[in-house]
Amino acid sequence: MNGTDLWTLAVILGLAAVTVLTRSFFFMSGKPWHLPGWAQRGLQYAPIAALSAVVVPEIVMVEGELIATWQDARLFAAAAGAATYFWRRDVLLTILLGMAVYLPLHLGLGW
Amino acid sequence: MFFLPHIHRHPAFREGMRDVSPQSPGIAAWGLMTGVAMVKSGMSVFEAVAMTLTVFAGSSQLAAIPLIVAGAPAWVILATGFCVNLRFVVFSLHLRPFLMHLPLWQRLVHGYMTADISYVLFTRKYHHPGQTPAQKLEQEAYLAGNDFLNWFSWIVASLVGIALANIIPTAWGLGFAGILCLLGIQCSLASSRMRILSSAVAGVAAVLAYALPLKLNIVFAIAVAVILCLTIERLRPTPVAGGHA
Repeated sequence: MNGTDLWTLAVILGLAAVTVLTRSFFFMSGKPWHLPGWAQRGLQYAPIAALSAVVVPEIVMVEGELIATWQDARLFAAAAGAATYFWRRDVLLTILLGMAVYLPLHLGLGW
Repeated sequence: MFFLPHIHRHPAFREGMRDVSPQSPGIAAWGLMTGVAMVKSGMSVFEAVAMTLTVFAGSSQLAAIPLIVAGAPAWVILATGFCVNLRFVVFSLHLRPFLMHLPLWQRLVHGYMTADISYVLFTRKYHHPGQTPAQKLEQEAYLAGNDFLNWFSWIVASLVGIALANIIPTAWGLGFAGILCLLGIQCSLASSRMRILSSAVAGVAAVLAYALPLKLNIVFAIAVAVILCLTIERLRPTPVAGGHA
């Protein structure tokens, strides 16, 4: 375990400022201004695209490479999770059944 | 703002909390593993606690930790955090009309508190900014309730993770619960063919562009998916693509 130093703390505070800056980026200026129509329609597609871009690599990649085997607990857990969602429309159940598939395969079989 | 009485006493505040509550075990498992990861990678407990309490952004924390431990220059670490967080810039563009009636400091606090899940749940529930002061207040209270429970689940679980870092093996892969949580929300957004297309395109693009530095593959994938969907909308403007989509 390392000690604490001021440089690291300054960097951490800098990262906190980055969080505020990015999450409030378009809230800063109070000038009246409206989003063009095409951008407004485009935003309908942004949230699901952002989630997919975060989630898919976490399911099908290992250390920057596409997995070459089907024996990966994440594939089965994600499939079980998605099926659960469309069956019951419940995110908590999605997590629970997904983990119920993931943990035995991952810890039991080492997938 | 959850600490202002007229917000947390509003019924929509509870509704916002209720909508996050099915998500909170996933958020908590993810926070727990982020807490474990910070200490395991060699940060001191004090640094890990400071990071949890101030940065409040899992993906930029996870991206910054190896750089901090390796002693990378500060500007590289901050630039990395900024790029990983670029999706929030897009979110702020979307949320702007919902919040601009508030004073600057309240907008900044709302922005700071609104992470992925709150943004997605909020924009899933409200498609248009409120017209009357009562509607605006309701939307603000909903967002604040949503933010509050999300923040609380994340912070508490991260602190527990820091405390238990030497007991919970990272090999258990409990962090995968966080991915399942995001997957469930992703499925809940798949309400039209065009959105399913956006999701599929972004997933493929994020994998293909994975080699880009600074997690820019995420921003790249969002851009490709949105541009493609807008192009298809323009090519065949059917009524299916209209409305709230």
